[in-house]
Amino acid sequence: MALESPSLTDRFKLGLEAPICLTWELTYACNLACVHCLSSSGRRDPRELSTSEAKALIDEMAELKIFYVNIGGGEPMIRSDFFEIIDHCVDRGVGVKFSTNGTRLDAEKAERLAKSDYVDVQISLDGADAVTNDAVRGEGSYDAAIQAMENLVAANFGQFKISVVMTRHNIPQLDAFEALADHYGAQLRLTRLRPSGRGADTWDELHPTAGQQRELYDWLITRTNVLTGDSFFHLSAFGDALDGLNLCGAGRVVCLIDPVGDVYACPFVIHDEFLAGNVRDPGAFTSVWRDSDLFRSLREPSSAGACASCGSYDACQGGCMAAKFFTGIPLDGPDPECVYGHGETAMAKVAVELRPGPSVDHSARVPVRLGVSS
Amino acid sequence: MPASSPDVVTDFDLDQAWRKHPQVALREEAFGALAYHYGNRRLIFLKSPELVVVVRDLENYPSARAALDALIPVDAHGSYERALARLVESEVICGA
Ligand code: SF4
Ligand code: SF4
Repeated sequence: MALESPSLTDRFKLGLEAPICLTWELTYACNLACVHCLSSSGRRDPRELSTSEAKALIDEMAELKIFYVNIGGGEPMIRSDFFEIIDHCVDRGVGVKFSTNGTRLDAEKAERLAKSDYVDVQISLDGADAVTNDAVRGEGSYDAAIQAMENLVAANFGQFKISVVMTRHNIPQLDAFEALADHYGAQLRLTRLRPSGRGADTWDELHPTAGQQRELYDWLITRTNVLTGDSFFHLSAFGDALDGLNLCGAGRVVCLIDPVGDVYACPFVIHDEFLAGNVRDPGAFTSVWRDSDLFRSLREPSSAGACASCGSYDACQGGCMAAKFFTGIPLDGPDPECVYGHGETAMAKVAVELRPGPSVDHSARVPVRLGVSS
Repeated sequence: MPASSPDVVTDFDLDQAWRKHPQVALREEAFGALAYHYGNRRLIFLKSPELVVVVRDLENYPSARAALDALIPVDAHGSYERALARLVESEVICGA
């Protein structure tokens, strides 16, 4: 009967009937080759879900009362059935929030998106100017993203989102991102760089310094209209909790369906260790979510491990599982960006070569390089 | 995501008739339910199964007070009134 206790965070740890934050990557194909791509995208996988399989999956989402799905990739707009898929989502009451690099978002597509209800668009941009952005996302990607925003504005789309992965090079541009968002009437969404996918190769070079983590926290704590999802709860150890989901929801409230139907605990752990099943298995997505051994074990109470004696554990919860895993830190160890520096000590114990590399890679067969060095 | 509704109490009138907002869908969970508003796209958590029953059945009662009288023990009315007032704020319920 009590309305206040136990806390929702504690309830979430036990898992839910269906995810709250479901990401669905439609394709591994991408025309860009961002150096930090969490899904190592580039080439389409021949096993990707067909249009009819995609629609059956949407029907299942609707039955599970998944109220919205975060669609990504790869570049989702590359799929020739992209609009067929999102129209089917909307028809079934599954709202769509999709992320795009903007390169395919021309005037006509912008018009089409503006007409459909329940579709949110996020344009990825990782620098407030072309030099900073293109170093990470590739030449011409800044102009393409800006053009996409202009197209949305011209089509009267309404409020879209600008989604930024925070790096060492763009933390100094926080105010500039805010100004850019204001200029377009857009909402700013900041996310954390994780050492996932190709990000594993560039994380050491790109992740914000300890001083920048503090700068970011101080900036965020005074903002109410900036979205961050579950990105920065490890920074809550600095003091007051930030808005957003303050726990690792992997397999509990969060999961990923990849382009071939594989279900992972979270979009940032595309690795065999976190593969729970496939939507083509008998029982489809529902039984993977409810009954897979992996997800059941992620919902067991976990020990605070090395963080047990930390006074900030309630706020930080030991941080992000993906960030720990791909930097070779035990899952009950501190976050690699622990605000007290414990992560650096823990990382120093594991040789970089011994970190678990990605087990799935769809990169184009040319090496992806960071455009400018710092 | 908005994890909870703001703590502002509106002019929630217990003696008026209320109902679940037509654009709100509920998904029941062990802790209560998720309420999703397709209009303002907010996700709200209803933190007890009893509150879910109240929200779902409000429209069958002439007033919120009548619903609470029928569904909730008297000593808990205070916290349910506050919860309903917050749900007016977040548009999970609206005047019938
Ligand atoms: S592993 Fe990291 S990114 Fe994934 S749900 Fe947990 S905190 Fe979020
Ligand atoms: S020791 Fe662990 S819980 Fe404490 S701040 Fe560091 S990562 Fe977070």
